[in-house]
Amino acid sequence: MPGVLVIATAPEGTFSRSNLELVGGARALDRVLGAGVSAALLGGGGPLGAAIETLHQHGVPTVYCVDHPALGIGQADAFLVAAEAVARQAKPDLLLVGGDTVGREVAPRLAHRLGAALVTDCVELAVDAGAVVARRQVYGGRALAMHVVHRRPAVLSVKPRSLDAAEPAPVAGRVVDVTVAIDLAALPTRVREVQTEKAELGLEDAQTVVGGGRGLGGPDGFKILQELAQALGGAVGSSRPPADAGWVPISWQIGQTGKTVRPALYVAVGISGATQHVAGMAGSRTIVAINRDPEAPIFSVAHLGIVGDYREVVPALIAKVRELKGR
Amino acid sequence: MEIIVCLKQVVDPELPLREFVIDPATNRQVREGRPLVLSTYDEHALEVALQLKDRSGAKVTALTLAPRATIGDAVRLALAMGADEAVVVDDPRSPDLPGAVKARILAAAIRRIGRSDLVVCGCESADWVERVVAPLLAEELGAACVTFASRIESADGALVVRRQSEDGFHLIEARLPAVLSITSDETNRPRLPKVKDIIAAKRKPLQILPAADLATAAGETTADGVEVRSVAAPERTARCELLPGDPAEQAALLAQRLRELKLL
Repeated sequence: MPGVLVIATAPEGTFSRSNLELVGGARALDRVLGAGVSAALLGGGGPLGAAIETLHQHGVPTVYCVDHPALGIGQADAFLVAAEAVARQAKPDLLLVGGDTVGREVAPRLAHRLGAALVTDCVELAVDAGAVVARRQVYGGRALAMHVVHRRPAVLSVKPRSLDAAEPAPVAGRVVDVTVAIDLAALPTRVREVQTEKAELGLEDAQTVVGGGRGLGGPDGFKILQELAQALGGAVGSSRPPADAGWVPISWQIGQTGKTVRPALYVAVGISGATQHVAGMAGSRTIVAINRDPEAPIFSVAHLGIVGDYREVVPALIAKVRELKGR
Repeated sequence: MEIIVCLKQVVDPELPLREFVIDPATNRQVREGRPLVLSTYDEHALEVALQLKDRSGAKVTALTLAPRATIGDAVRLALAMGADEAVVVDDPRSPDLPGAVKARILAAAIRRIGRSDLVVCGCESADWVERVVAPLLAEELGAACVTFASRIESADGALVVRRQSEDGFHLIEARLPAVLSITSDETNRPRLPKVKDIIAAKRKPLQILPAADLATAAGETTADGVEVRSVAAPERTARCELLPGDPAEQAALLAQRLRELKLL
């Protein structure tokens, strides 16, 4: 069916929130385009019934389901084959793909195979005078590019945590089972191992995030940031240099490469404010910067700034916060 | 193993904000008079390739798509760091071309170069951040694809690649030929070239391929169905209020302001 096709994934039966962000984006486009929303649900190694039901409950009537054991965590080649099979059957005008580890590999290759137009890492989707308009961050978040998509079909990948997740809107649903032959042994890549690092709990959902940078000088600096985060009731993240240096797990990294956060309060400690990092936190409502260098670019995005040594400022701040919170 | 590293020069992404200007005619950043550097992750891609060379004697060819005015800068640095050969596709349009078009031109250049087992690129460019060149090259070349790889081991004609994910990493077995995009980690910090190597690199020959010669092989190299209508820097509404005093006073003021903003 024409209209917007969401490529939803459920490896080992897990259905992530980003799928609902794609559905939210698809439904918003459909309110103007009006040709309908459908979803491909690609998964395996776990039951898909709950995921199908979730899609129906969030306004997706038609779900093309590919249930195959090869569709496990990270197996991008298998997801590509499955997505292509559904796209060829459903013949949508637009395909929305998540910008996660697998989606980053799948979206461009899917566009290539379908001869489709391609815009990656969209942060905003809209329709203007009948044309689909996609906005994306460029130059490390220093500018926003507006793309007008002229060709159909078009593959649009969506940066996680950029679109609002779909609100519940139950519809009568139908499931179209799509059989796809996937021979894991014949695929050019195979996932041998999946390693999950201990991520800061709910970094992307936290209402307060304390971020640490190169200026902390080493892994020990993050201990005091954890104390601050605890006092504020938030989570700790980092810019690229501490993650690169192994001071913190890669999963803590906030930025263009890494997670996008938009908390009510972001406290940047010892972070210079490289565009790479700013792209992942500029949407925060209130930004506080603590840095020794008054010329650090972080002060050009911060609302409140302290020029000083974090080793002196942060302990004083922790004490003050605890005092105000009556603890 | 024959390795090709795709490199791109960008305007230094950390230039002060006042020097960041968008040209409304091209919808791209003004490059004139600004320092050009290798795009951040391209340096890591080069380092990964050179480490494979150090370990197993691979041959590394640096490939770039550049306008004549800056031709060679990126690949000269690569030669100084240890790349064996350098190929430049001379294309005056290149800074403004979308990634999908660049991928087609690069694929044509790679076919022209001949045998290649492995192509590595940066995981994203510091300017346009499309993250499409590696996956599209893989499609064009019929190669395996892994993006956001940080470490590569080569064994028995295949690769074991560590790919960074949202919450950790995946170990991926990839067949050759393969196209990988590289992200940074503590194992692939770019080496610094020695002064004598920088001087020697200036005298090494570059193979120049005019883009026009590749155009036919690359097929359509202009339209990609997507128009860039505008590029705009958002108005910075935030004006930073610096809190005065000694650390204790600054901390107290901050806590007070956070309370006023109902953030405490």
